[in-house]
Amino acid sequence: MSILRTRMVAPIALIAAGSLALGACKTTPKELPPEPTPTPVATATPTPTGPVPGSQAHFLANVSSDTVYFDTDQYNIDSADMATLQSQAQWLMQFPAKRVTIEGHCDERGTREYNLALGERRANAAKNYLVSLGVDASRISTLSYGKERPAALGSDESSWAQNRRAVTVTIQ
Amino acid sequence: MKTPAIIASALLAFASQPVLAQDGGLVGSVSDESEWQDLGIAIPAFPAQADVATAAAPKTTGALGVELARIITADLKNNGLFRPVGPDALPRIAFAEATNPQFGRWKPLGSEMLVHGFVRAAPDGQLTVGCYLYDVQLQSELVREGYVVSPSDWRRAAHKCADLIYSRLSGEDPFFDSRIAYIAETGPKGNRRKRLAIMDSDGANHTFITSGSSPALTPRYSPDYSKIAYLSYNDGNPRIYVYDISSRRQVLITQSSNPTFAPRWSPDGKWILYSMASAGNTDIYRVSSAGGGTPVKLTSSPGIDIGGSYSPDGRRIVFESDRSGSQQIYVMDADGSNQKRVSFFGGRAATPEWSPRGDQIAFTHIAGDLRVAVMSPGGGNMRHLTNAWQDEAPTWSPNGRIIQFFRTERNTGKTSLWQVDLTGRHLRKLDTPEDASDPSWGPVRP
Repeated sequence: MSILRTRMVAPIALIAAGSLALGACKTTPKELPPEPTPTPVATATPTPTGPVPGSQAHFLANVSSDTVYFDTDQYNIDSADMATLQSQAQWLMQFPAKRVTIEGHCDERGTREYNLALGERRANAAKNYLVSLGVDASRISTLSYGKERPAALGSDESSWAQNRRAVTVTIQ
Repeated sequence: MKTPAIIASALLAFASQPVLAQDGGLVGSVSDESEWQDLGIAIPAFPAQADVATAAAPKTTGALGVELARIITADLKNNGLFRPVGPDALPRIAFAEATNPQFGRWKPLGSEMLVHGFVRAAPDGQLTVGCYLYDVQLQSELVREGYVVSPSDWRRAAHKCADLIYSRLSGEDPFFDSRIAYIAETGPKGNRRKRLAIMDSDGANHTFITSGSSPALTPRYSPDYSKIAYLSYNDGNPRIYVYDISSRRQVLITQSSNPTFAPRWSPDGKWILYSMASAGNTDIYRVSSAGGGTPVKLTSSPGIDIGGSYSPDGRRIVFESDRSGSQQIYVMDADGSNQKRVSFFGGRAATPEWSPRGDQIAFTHIAGDLRVAVMSPGGGNMRHLTNAWQDEAPTWSPNGRIIQFFRTERNTGKTSLWQVDLTGRHLRKLDTPEDASDPSWGPVRP
């Protein structure tokens, strides 16, 4: 039901958003949908040069996302996360000399110390899945920021969902 | 003979001001069932034997005597204790009156208690401060003490005197002459600069310890105030360091390359508890604070075990664990045996801290909002002390009567230090130069 409804509404919503951008600037949407990646460097159409193979920009251009998201207090890798991590694993197989750090983060609605430990656990969950796909564990380090480095700055469910994440960053 | 009338009106004007109103953080009534909180105490300036120059900040012993009485007044007033009236609303007294109070001067002002003192500078610069507490109705001395302090430590004489008054009148242990370590915060929510800072219990003598080039979090003062254990991203990873205040050097708590969190000292200062993650699983370890020695692993559950806090006798440890599926509070023996869950009241329970008196555990209760709460060590009698959007990380005053914590503002992420007494009635925000979090209150100084 809800999937069908979303599909029918989507084109209309897009038109509405477009006209809003042209017209009344004051009525900005309260909560923006999650952005696919925070660094849109490589989203431009590939030019003859393109990102240097093996670079962070190349990684971002060739994986479905550098980020996987988690439910409140959870650290399990769901099917959407698996697809993301599979694309990362493919890239890592292509560049066997490259190493990555997986940064684990939490939303702000938890205590500071526990969130540091939870961020570490999330980063390790993502790492373990990459290892299960054949990436050598020694190529992946983990780093927890707990709730100290939110990507979305609001105090609402949408922001918190964007902040419960593990981000894969290539070591250059 | 007009003076008493002027003083009386000054006193009236003072009494009409709600206590602590200047903080803006007061909730509920300031009155309390405890009679001693309605006790009027007059604290005139401490006269100097001779008004001479001193290396202490007020510059002369005469000015120092006024400041001492102001600090004592502020200590008692800011903590919701008694109804103190300070030197700015009272007449000066002669040096000889400190030991020979003129009760007839004070009785008409309605003060039940009278604090006198004096200041004397020795030729070597050392300061002697006398502190006397008198009962105006009984016309008798209740207690006296003298303090010899170096000029740089002059404020401690005032805190010691305030502690003497507070202890004698309330029957509680002292707490004013103590220090607080915390994290000073500035900058945008997504990338805040967080650095280690220390200050006296009243916010004076504020010092930044780290520069903020790498984030610092969760400090804990050693019981003798010589060191601070805290988390730093100094080498890019979250690790616990033990920072020596006098030498300004710091060492890693363990040579392991794994991330370490949540440092806590044992009451005797011999041990430090910390939590270490290994392959995503966090457990609690104990290591000698003297350095060297093999860390002892105290927990081994597949969940996150973190944030152990010793009972005052050092025999038990309260900690948090999500082994049951969500953060809950557990107690174990100091060697890690007899681990058992004590929190069973719904929601999540985190950051437990054992009261220095041993009778309560303060913690963060998470049920939607984050609130500071207390319970008995067995998990009974849970009470919320605060009710805001996000209050966390309680730390006890040395006497176990007051709790400090930090409050985070919705959306902006701005943080501030607050304190509340065990009745939950006296809540106030502490003044800090920047935003502030993770307070750690040390013991009373010897």
